[in-house]
Parts: sequence; structure tokens; C-alpha cells
Amino acid sequence: MGKQYLLYMVQVHLNFRRAELESLADLFGITSINFDNYSEDSPFFKVELDNDEQARDWIKRSILTRAIYEYWGEGENMDQLHTSIQNQPFYEENKEKFANDTFKFDFESYRGYGKFDRVKQIESFGYLAFKGKIRMKNPQQVYTLIDEYVPISENIGGIVPIKYYFGRLIQHGNRQAVEKYDLKKRPYKGTTSFEAELSLVSANIAQVKPGTFMYDPFAGTGSFLVAGGHFGALVIGSDIDGRMIRGKGASVDIGSNFKKYGESERFLDVLTMDFTHNALRSNLVFDTILCDPPYGIRESIKVLGAKDPEKFIGKENVEIDGEKAFLRKDYIPTKKPYSLDSLLDDLLEYASQRLPIGGRLAFWMPTANDEDVETVIPLHSNLELKYDCVQEFNKWSRRLLVYINRGKGYDGTTNSGLQRSTANFRDRYFTNFNQSQK
Amino acid sequence: MKFLTTNFLKCSVSACDNSNDNFPLSFDGSKCELIQDTTIEFNPEFIMNVIDRVDWDAIVLVAQELGNNSLPAAKPVLGSVEGLTEDDMAVLRDLHLLFIQTSIKEGEMKCRNCGHIYYIKNGIPNLLLPPHLA
Ligand SMILES: C[S@@+](CC[C@H](N)C(=O)[O-])C[C@H]1O[C@@H](n2cnc3c(N)ncnc32)[C@H](O)[C@@H]1O
Ligand SMILES: [Zn+2]
Repeated sequence: MGKQYLLYMVQVHLNFRRAELESLADLFGITSINFDNYSEDSPFFKVELDNDEQARDWIKRSILTRAIYEYWGEGENMDQLHTSIQNQPFYEENKEKFANDTFKFDFESYRGYGKFDRVKQIESFGYLAFKGKIRMKNPQQVYTLIDEYVPISENIGGIVPIKYYFGRLIQHGNRQAVEKYDLKKRPYKGTTSFEAELSLVSANIAQVKPGTFMYDPFAGTGSFLVAGGHFGALVIGSDIDGRMIRGKGASVDIGSNFKKYGESERFLDVLTMDFTHNALRSNLVFDTILCDPPYGIRESIKVLGAKDPEKFIGKENVEIDGEKAFLRKDYIPTKKPYSLDSLLDDLLEYASQRLPIGGRLAFWMPTANDEDVETVIPLHSNLELKYDCVQEFNKWSRRLLVYINRGKGYDGTTNSGLQRSTANFRDRYFTNFNQSQK
Repeated sequence: MKFLTTNFLKCSVSACDNSNDNFPLSFDGSKCELIQDTTIEFNPEFIMNVIDRVDWDAIVLVAQELGNNSLPAAKPVLGSVEGLTEDDMAVLRDLHLLFIQTSIKEGEMKCRNCGHIYYIKNGIPNLLLPPHLA
């Protein structure tokens, strides 16, 4: 039989939290997690695991988990808590196991803050009879008392706890990465840069692994490259707009971001390239593809080619100073508009060819809330749609779509861009119809 | 552009996909300015993973074009991460210097099939195509 553990998570990005936990469990080959006790309404999750090592693996990369504890007990007041602790079947064993270790007590409060005499509180645990020395710096064990409150109002926390949990700290999550990669402190960023927290979560759900290759086809200022680098992948990016990836000079570009983070060895290159005219050799395997494609709202979707081909007839013969113009260093090729639907079709097809079986494609797709149109998620017959995690804003939302490459035999549903836009059209048609009835 | 990237790039022109000459792109050493950044940290495991994925013949060819004739004709065979010998480590260090620390700051590369020229400016390769090749 396994042991009881307690997760203490952040109570934000709830549509992403479970996907992150599941993806990390899968990444470390932990198959036994039972999510029956998991609730989006609570930051606490009691779960059974084989051992501490498993708990550490599972949670050390988690962005949306604060910490995992070996569960010792819980109660609605301190008396109940102490009774609960002393009545656990594992109580005597746990007490003995760590009795001689150095230790300290830590406190966490959720949605409130009680005015406690913390020393008195610690003394009330006297029956644990720890013989080790108390050490505030690097103790062998950290015991944590978590108190939970009902807030008085939206902005005012509660003062009387409704619940207490007690446990031995096993592993903190990776919340400090959210600070480290905070955009405010990043040397090179732009209007398209993606916030640190959700880009790191995306990389977790995409299962970016140390020592593997990750590709962002629409790299822009490199936010997802940074997130992939954090988890130890060798990252490569491309963007059709050279200005984005060039940055603002040698010390303010994507490479200098990696330098600042001390992760230069993980950043391979960014290429000025049209994703749909791809120069990455076709037998090169990418373990993960993670990106934020152009939406066609803030930045237009362009691919190589002439919008008006007539105008370009014979242009390949133009010479400047005896050189073909298109072979000169200063030549700027023309681009033409392209649809998001076609670009996403290309992306899914590319992923089905370049990912290993089991490899993940994850990308963000915007959707409008106000328009009464059903969003049609792009699908490819070789790719399993694993997650569709929505982040809501006032007037719009965006979703992280995560696919697993299952190969040719998978034979899943396909819907090309053309089919998706007809579906959208049909929905719009009926919406209008309904409105005119009113 | 890191030296390693030369091992990943083919010609963007899709018609060249039918040829065996679209990879690796060819480099004219006299037109390439190389730089080395020795501050980039050495991670032996990382280089071992990279070796698994490179096309060694292309590594040797491009290294020669850029003036380095010292690479063995066959891909180095190394032990496991735990059992690396001194010699293995020396090889990995050399490859780290070549793959990751060496980059092309300015230069050009050419498709061996169609002859299209791609430029590297300020360390960034430009693989965009004119409309008649797109
Ligand atoms: C939403 S932004 C991505 C921003 C990026 N995640 C960042 O951190 O800045 C989309 C990017 O796709 C690029 N793009 C548009 N069309 C493209 C194409 N055909 N091939 C490659 N990149 C393209 C745009 O230049 C833009 O930088
Ligand atoms: Zn070519």
C-alpha cells in the first residue's frame, strides 16, 4: 500500500492545473494517481503515492503546485487536528522515523490570516516528542501547519480558520521559476511576449524534457524558447519577421535573455524563416513543438509569395550592379496573406511528421467570446487531442491545445481548415436567423 | 548561427526536396566570419544527445568547408553517461567547442542543387525566398 500525501496548489489557472499534474505524472511514469479527491474548488488534494521519491519527481517541476507534504492529519480546530494526527495508523511509525532529525516548523495560510501565537502552537505539538535540534537553516525535516479560512469579502481574508492540515514537507513546486522568468525582469521582450507562468505551465503540459529538442515555429521574442530551456531542452525557433528575433542589438536579444538566465547552452538558434517554407531537414526529430501562432489580429498572418503574382512576372531577372537582385544580401522578399485555418492545418501536418510517437504539440489559439460562434478545434488523423485548456478574459479567451502524436495507425478524426470555416459559417448563419426572429 | 545549426538546415525551395543535394547547404569559408563564445557552459550529456541526432557526414563536410579538417570520418562512439573515459570527455569537449561555442556571425550558404544563396547576418540566418522560388 502507498502513503498519503497532501498537495497544496495555487488557486488560479484552474483549467490548466489538472492537465499539468497529469502530464507531469505521465512524464515520470507515475500511473497510479487517483484524481477522485481532486476538486477545482480547493487548493488541497489528498492523494496516495508509492513513496517520497515519486512525490518529489511529480511535483518538483510543477508551476501550479506550491508544495507536496507527507500527510499527517487534519481538523476543524487545533484539538481535532491533534486527535487526527495521533489516530493515524502511520502515526507511531512516522514519529519514530524522524525523531532524531533536525527540524523546524513552517506555516502556510490560505485565504486569510489568523493572529496566532505561533510559539504556543508549536508547543501544542509537544506529544510528537522530536529529539532532534531545531534548525532554521537547512533542517532535515520541515513540518508545516496550513490553516484555511473563508474570506470576509473578496479582498479581505478571514481571521478564524475553518480547517487545519499538518504534514512533513516533501517537495516544493517550481513557483520560483515564475519569479525568475518574470517579463518585467527580462532584457528582451515585446508586445507579443507571453507571460512567464502560463508559458512554463505550457511547457510542462507539453512535457518538455531535459536533453531533448524543442521547436517554436513562431518564436517572436522567444517566450516559449525560454520556457523550454528552463526545463532543459535544446531549443530552436523561427519567425518570418527578422525584426522580432533580431531584438534591439547584441545585448538585448533572445540570446541575451538566455545568458541572463544562465542557460545559454540550451539555446540553439532562431531563424528568419517562413514556417510554411520550412528549411529544417525533414528527418530531424523534434520531441516537442510549442508555440503561439500569429492570430491575424494583432500581427497579420503572412507567408512567402506574391499577393499579386502578375506584378512579379519576370522580376527574377532583375539585376542590380550585375547581380541578380534576389540573390543580393539586401533583398527583401514579398509576402502574401494567409488564413489562420490553413496555417493551423500546416502546423498539425508538420507535427505529425516531425514528432516521435508520443511526442507532444502544444499551441495557443485565440477565440472570441462575444461572437456566438462555436469554436472548432483543428484535428488531424494521427494526432490525439489530449487537452483543451481555456483561459478566459473579458471579451475574448485563448486556449492551449495539446496533441499527442499517435502515428498513422491512430486513424482519428480529421477536419481541414475548409471544413472548420464552413462549420463556423453555418453557426453564424443560424445565429443571425435566431436574432431576426426576436 | 551556431555551427550545429548547419546540420539542421536544408534548402527552403520545395522543388529541391526531390534532390539529395539540398542538404547540407554549402559554405564558402572565405566568406564566413566565425566567432567563438567560450562562456557557453559545457554539458557532456547534452552533447551526447546531440551526437545521436546529427548527420555526421554533413558535420565533417561543413567543418571542412569552414577550414576544419580534423574531424574523424566516422561518428565518435562513446560509452554511457556514467562510464565516460577521459578520452570520451575530450571528444565531447571538442564537439562542444565546435557545435555550440562556434558560430557564424556573417556569411552565406548555398544550395548544392539549385544554387540559391542564403545569408547569415549578425548571427541570424535568413531562409526566406523570392516569390518565383516560393
Ligand atoms: C503571437 S506571435 C508569437 C510571439 C512569441 N510567442 C513571443 O514570445 O514573442 C506570432 C509570431 O508569428 C510570426 N509569423 C507570422 N507568420 C509566420 C510564418 N508564416 N512563419 C513564421 N512565423 C510567422 C509573427 O512574426 C509573430 O512574431
Ligand atoms: Zn535549393
